[in-house]
Amino acid sequence: MTVREVAVAAYREGLPALAASAVGGLLAGVVLGGMRAEFRAVPGLLALVPALLATRGNVYGSLGARLATGLHQGLVAPELRGADARLYRAVAAAILNGLLASGVAAVAAFLTLLALGKDVAPVWVLLAIALLAGLLSGIVLSVTVVAVVFAGYRRGYNPDTLVGPIVTTAGDIFGVAFLLLAVRTVLYAAGVG
Amino acid sequence: MQTEWTIRAISRAMLPVLLVLTLVEIGSGLVLSSFEAELLRSPSLLVLVPVTIGTAGNLGSILAARLSTAFHLGTLSFDPGDDALIGNAAATVGLAGTVFPLIGLGAWGLAELTAGASLSPLTVVFIAVTSGLTLAVLAVFVTFTATYAAYRFELDPDDVVIPVVTNVCDVLGVVVLFGVVVLVL
Repeated sequence: MTVREVAVAAYREGLPALAASAVGGLLAGVVLGGMRAEFRAVPGLLALVPALLATRGNVYGSLGARLATGLHQGLVAPELRGADARLYRAVAAAILNGLLASGVAAVAAFLTLLALGKDVAPVWVLLAIALLAGLLSGIVLSVTVVAVVFAGYRRGYNPDTLVGPIVTTAGDIFGVAFLLLAVRTVLYAAGVG
Repeated sequence: MQTEWTIRAISRAMLPVLLVLTLVEIGSGLVLSSFEAELLRSPSLLVLVPVTIGTAGNLGSILAARLSTAFHLGTLSFDPGDDALIGNAAATVGLAGTVFPLIGLGAWGLAELTAGASLSPLTVVFIAVTSGLTLAVLAVFVTFTATYAAYRFELDPDDVVIPVVTNVCDVLGVVVLFGVVVLVL
């Protein structure tokens, strides 16, 4: 193939997934744009945002890839009724690891900001927000990933190519939406909001 | 090697990388919080944050996946004049040039509708396009380097390159956006 042919093929193949995830990213941005009051109320929260969003992508992208491989190998059947215990263990592992990473992110952000002498909310506030957001988005993302991978596989799509764009898009949107919900819940419970 | 489908085995395979990547992302969070005042003043910029990070990561991962396939098929050589390298690099820059003007316009429009944009649409589009093209060039360099390193160390680029490239591009996304915002505003 000539340079031109390679470039045109790569461009055509990349554009749909890139455009779809850009729409998801913009929607996530709108939620973030509406969270300015929360960012002011919880100093240090903004520093957590990239870590929390990336954790969603890393953990549930890996869950999707694992399920796709499992389907290809016949380790898991693409149905929920009478589903194999492997499926539940994979989902539980994803949610647990996601929670652990979110918690570590909250503590690391708190300690770094404290060491830098920046204004930062109490560590339990950041931790509670990160864990609550991690749990809620983890449940919804697990359901989304399982549903999409199974439905796609049954209809004859290669689940490997579905997982990437769907996890990035859903991860961004659910990630910030549940972050907002978690911040409001924690602020309300703390009697601040 | 195949990981067993137990919570322990999956966690053992995933956690070390996950925690390192989380700490790397805290780095990008610190850059973000260093221009928190500008972000909170201009909703359009806050809207730009996730989409710029995400698109930068996606540009890198799409390129990485293509190079990795070309590498496995044996159609890729690490020669600066290689057709597959130049063609894929050009497509990455072309994709950024297509998507980022729309992202800028979309971010401004959505901010205007929801919170009231404080910056002009032209400024937001300029910030998005400048960041996007810079990120595309950086994504090309990062991906080429990571793929070449995987090849030299005889690692499968599928396992290593995509997570590394996606997260490095995430961090670069914030850093570049920060740089451009500081230069423009």
